[in-house]
Amino acid sequence: MPFITNEDPKSAVQDSAAPVKEPGRMARFLDSDLFHSFLKSKVTVVAATGTAILFLLAFLAPWIAPHNPFDLASISIMDARVPPFWMEYADPRFLLGTDDQGRDMLSAIFYGMRISLIVGFCSVVAAAFIGISLGLVAGYMGGRVDAIIMRIADVQLTFPAILIALLIDGIAHGIFGAIDREVFAFYILIVSLALSFWVQYARTVRGSTMVEKNKEYVQAARVIGIPSVIIMVRHILPNVTGPVLVIATINLALAIVTEATLSFLGVGMPPTQPSLGTLIAIGNDFLYSGEWWIAIFPGLALALLVLNVNLLGDWLRDALNPKLR
Amino acid sequence: MIGFATRRIVQAMIVMLVVALLAFTMFRFVGDPINQMVGIETSIEDREALRDRLGLNDPVPVQFFRFITKAAQFDFGTSYQFRQPVSELFAKRIPATLELSFASAVFALVVGIPMGIYAGLNRESPISKLFLSVSLIGISLPTFFIGILLIFLFSVTLQWLPSFGRGETVQIGSWWTTGFLTISGLKALILPSITLGLYQMTLIMRLIRAEMLEVIRTDYIKFARARGLPDRLVNFRHALKNTLVPVITITGLQLGAIIAFATITETVFQWPGMGLMFLQAVQNVDIPIMSAYLMLTAFLFVTINFIVDILYFFIDPRLRVGRP
Repeated sequence: MPFITNEDPKSAVQDSAAPVKEPGRMARFLDSDLFHSFLKSKVTVVAATGTAILFLLAFLAPWIAPHNPFDLASISIMDARVPPFWMEYADPRFLLGTDDQGRDMLSAIFYGMRISLIVGFCSVVAAAFIGISLGLVAGYMGGRVDAIIMRIADVQLTFPAILIALLIDGIAHGIFGAIDREVFAFYILIVSLALSFWVQYARTVRGSTMVEKNKEYVQAARVIGIPSVIIMVRHILPNVTGPVLVIATINLALAIVTEATLSFLGVGMPPTQPSLGTLIAIGNDFLYSGEWWIAIFPGLALALLVLNVNLLGDWLRDALNPKLR
Repeated sequence: MIGFATRRIVQAMIVMLVVALLAFTMFRFVGDPINQMVGIETSIEDREALRDRLGLNDPVPVQFFRFITKAAQFDFGTSYQFRQPVSELFAKRIPATLELSFASAVFALVVGIPMGIYAGLNRESPISKLFLSVSLIGISLPTFFIGILLIFLFSVTLQWLPSFGRGETVQIGSWWTTGFLTISGLKALILPSITLGLYQMTLIMRLIRAEMLEVIRTDYIKFARARGLPDRLVNFRHALKNTLVPVITITGLQLGAIIAFATITETVFQWPGMGLMFLQAVQNVDIPIMSAYLMLTAFLFVTINFIVDILYFFIDPRLRVGRP
């Protein structure tokens, strides 16, 4: 039945117009409202450039970092606590100085940012997955299933996310014990962050699903006997993902901050695989003895990253909000 | 009003029951409570006897009921690390956390409201723009890093203020200790309360600014100006009053967030409150303290939410009309 699979009226229009002239995907994007509003806001362009540079530095860390801070053969305790380049006793090999074990701060920051970003991305994807699934089910099924899922969401909203993440982390300690923690820290962190942030996705998706499920294309799909699961995933899901992207961008900044906080508090990433938060926690012990750069530089990197992502998220929210157009 | 309040109370009780169930599950099933209480040399028979005496062999619903009854009387069992009743441990630390939260809330309101009013009234002035940029940075800096920066600046470099502890405290009554009455206590309070309150301050400032901008455009403000009322009267009597409803809601809800984020601030400043104790409990898997903290904060949040809902009713006359 080809007329039903063509559920999006917009794509039908584009198909018929296609033979006349076909502007490339890139050209269409460059001419879109979104791109124009992007160019109009100077702050956003700066933030986007900043984010891109930081992401590149983080993900290319193994290739561009001047040293490998995890290669035990190359670090030497003799290089410990070297100050940054403009101070006395600085060493030209270490631009931003070294930490207490002689690891180059600049390289450690690149690698740490990489871990922070990976944890951030994974937890946002996991939270979105849980939230979207539960939101779809709650919105589509309605009734008792909806009531149960949404009551859980309400109870969870009473608590700040950081507390929930701390609790889940504490429980995971209890279950896995101290030895396995180093191995599982990454996964425990992602699960606890995902379980703290899913509610927002679920609420948004549930709302739009309830609107979509009464539209004709869904009813048509139901009439011809397509199973509920396929209707939810193939037909409703593509139409409710717009707002999810905005939430995900804003949540990425939040997830990075929460991860850093947990690591700083000693329940996140272990010192063997330090994220930015772990680096700050390590440096915090040396603040009083004058080696301020061990804590302050990773902190500034974290602040810069979060600020840029936040600015991008704010812009995206306003640009996609039809009320503000 | 009464119907509204009853519905709210029932909802709050359901939330508390769910939280209690969670706390109980943690308490009962994460790790074996008996293993934590006895030494390695205790025989299996003795362990079984203890298990029986503590009622851990009873049906789970009976145990849950007992857990709730005890929790309602503030009996949360014995801490695994300190071997002391959890309720006593909390009683000793609650004053520190509440004083810190109170000081940060006052800081957030006293600094945030005037800044918000100014930025709302003088939209284009460079000072307003400065406020906004500073607030954006305040939102992006994680709480713990703000604390570290303040310590670095005021304790390590300038050596003006202490970086840890509560300073000297004075005992009031049988269990309350206060740092408000000594100079070292007040000095110790400054950095932690700024750290904890900064986020709420920026939030309140942005909120008041946005509300002011909206209210000032309304007809009744234009009419008040047309009548020739002095600016000051219009700004404060007419405009500010109408921005306060959302501010009270947000402040109330943020009070809960302040108590939760106190965990982080207390860790940075080694402030002897319940947040620091909770964090140590998480690190050492001290389940009784964790479940007690969960129930206590849930109770605080639920109570605050309830009070805010009721306050709403008194502040906004529109909500009172047409409701049973």
